[in-house]
Amino acid sequence: MAAASLPELQARFAAALIDPDLPPPAGLASATGRARPDEKRFAVYRNNVVVSLSRALRDAYPALRSILGDAFFADMAGVYVRRHPPRRPMLIDYGAELPQFLENFEPARPHPYLPDVARLERARLEAYHAADAPFLAPADIAALAPESLAGLSLRPHPAARLLASRFPIVTVWMMNSGLAEPAPVDFSSAETALVTRPGLNVELRRLRPGGHAFLSALFAGKSLGAAAARAAAEPNFDLAANLADALGAGAFLPLEKIASTLRPS
Amino acid sequence: MPLSLRSEAALADRLPHRAGVGLKLDHVSEILADKADMGFFEVHPENYMGAGGPPHHYLTAIRERYPLSLHGVGLSIGAAGPLDKAHLKRLRELLDRYQPQSFSEHLAWSTHDTGFLNDLLPLPYTQETLSLVAAHVSEVQERLGRAMLIENPSTYVAFSSSDMDEVDFLAELAARTGCGLLLDVNNVYVSATNHGYSPEAYLDRFPLHLVGEVHLAGHAVDADEAGAPLLIDTHDRAVTDAVWTLYERVIARAGPLPTLVEWDSELPDWPVLAAEAKRAETILNARREPCHGRRVAS
Repeated sequence: MAAASLPELQARFAAALIDPDLPPPAGLASATGRARPDEKRFAVYRNNVVVSLSRALRDAYPALRSILGDAFFADMAGVYVRRHPPRRPMLIDYGAELPQFLENFEPARPHPYLPDVARLERARLEAYHAADAPFLAPADIAALAPESLAGLSLRPHPAARLLASRFPIVTVWMMNSGLAEPAPVDFSSAETALVTRPGLNVELRRLRPGGHAFLSALFAGKSLGAAAARAAAEPNFDLAANLADALGAGAFLPLEKIASTLRPS
Repeated sequence: MPLSLRSEAALADRLPHRAGVGLKLDHVSEILADKADMGFFEVHPENYMGAGGPPHHYLTAIRERYPLSLHGVGLSIGAAGPLDKAHLKRLRELLDRYQPQSFSEHLAWSTHDTGFLNDLLPLPYTQETLSLVAAHVSEVQERLGRAMLIENPSTYVAFSSSDMDEVDFLAELAARTGCGLLLDVNNVYVSATNHGYSPEAYLDRFPLHLVGEVHLAGHAVDADEAGAPLLIDTHDRAVTDAVWTLYERVIARAGPLPTLVEWDSELPDWPVLAAEAKRAETILNARREPCHGRRVAS
């Protein structure tokens, strides 16, 4: 039998790496010429693919791993990496489809908050790698004339991410990241979150009432006045406190950065 | 018209003939605080392809203080399909930004239509493969505007279709493309053990004048179904004595070469990794000619 061409050989090799039910490709040689010598040797490659991609997922979703435990996480990762191998030859952004995958992953169904915890971890990873930029400080706003504030438009910092969940995702994430003492969790209490990275460290804040509506409107380009009006429809919305929190988190680009991006070139 | 490159050019802007280590962000604060005496650092460029954040902050700080090698793991130079142009563009941007002394990749493939497999997969050594890999190396060098080093792989299977020796394959690849070579001594030991040939004979035939960098790493010991030794290139422990002995053999023949200790998982504390580099540096220093007492040609 003629040897397979390189494209054929690699197609069979790649298929057998991902599908453990397929035999190793024909044409593998052994130094000793034993019959069927290559199952375990080929398995080194199979193992490398699944283990290294699973490790990348584990690194990207540390709280999820803590919640699920190593064995459950490894089983889930094994299914995920075969169904969603990386599309780009790099792993720093691997795992983007995991929240959606968890929505439909039967063994995770009893824990419907897991996809939102995964979304929070994904937002943190995106913030970690986001472009570096200065941020708008509270003093910059304080320096403005009060009558100009309502018409002011702000732009989100490249690392800023908003999340809304019908579950207490910030509480759950913090308890599973060693940042809060484990305690009974009321899974019926919804939480919203702001993720930022004003310097080198990713920061996570639980938003106040109306905060998600307010910041979503601002991030979408609404003026401060219009965003506040939208959030005021929600109970207990405190404009000053929400704005101070977001500014303290470094959620916006500086005004001069905004002005320069708006200026016609 | 390909760039006119010769393998010597691949070594022109090269790393110092000292020991270095793979950079891990877990170690970087200690490295910077201690002003660690290290010949150079090496990173996988794929880990620095985000827009910003701590990876770029710390790599910039390292680059300001030390020579740097970018050692790619995602280019899939041996894949039958075309090179990933978007990946080449990202590489070009990183090379422009960090101006590393060396850029290297592997004699392997890692991508297929199905996606990125994240492992360095083996190739049959044939004229078909050589033509493909040579064309890819030339294309990379052209797009990146510089010569590169290609590393010998560690392999667990071989192919019945192979009709070239790995050393001959690499030497011919360098002759056709002008690339230099990265000699991974641990990979030589792993592959030689797995396939039952002599690592010494392999190294004694290796074209050391084309080597721009040497790699050392640890491996795991296993056995196949028949009980034959199966070594696995894990980069998760110290370099073994057998590999140190082979390294001494290389340096005795070649003289000092830039030498990197790779340790990529089960990371040790910084002093443990620094000590591995120190051990390599001691071997390099023993082979260095004293700066006084210049030899007189007889």
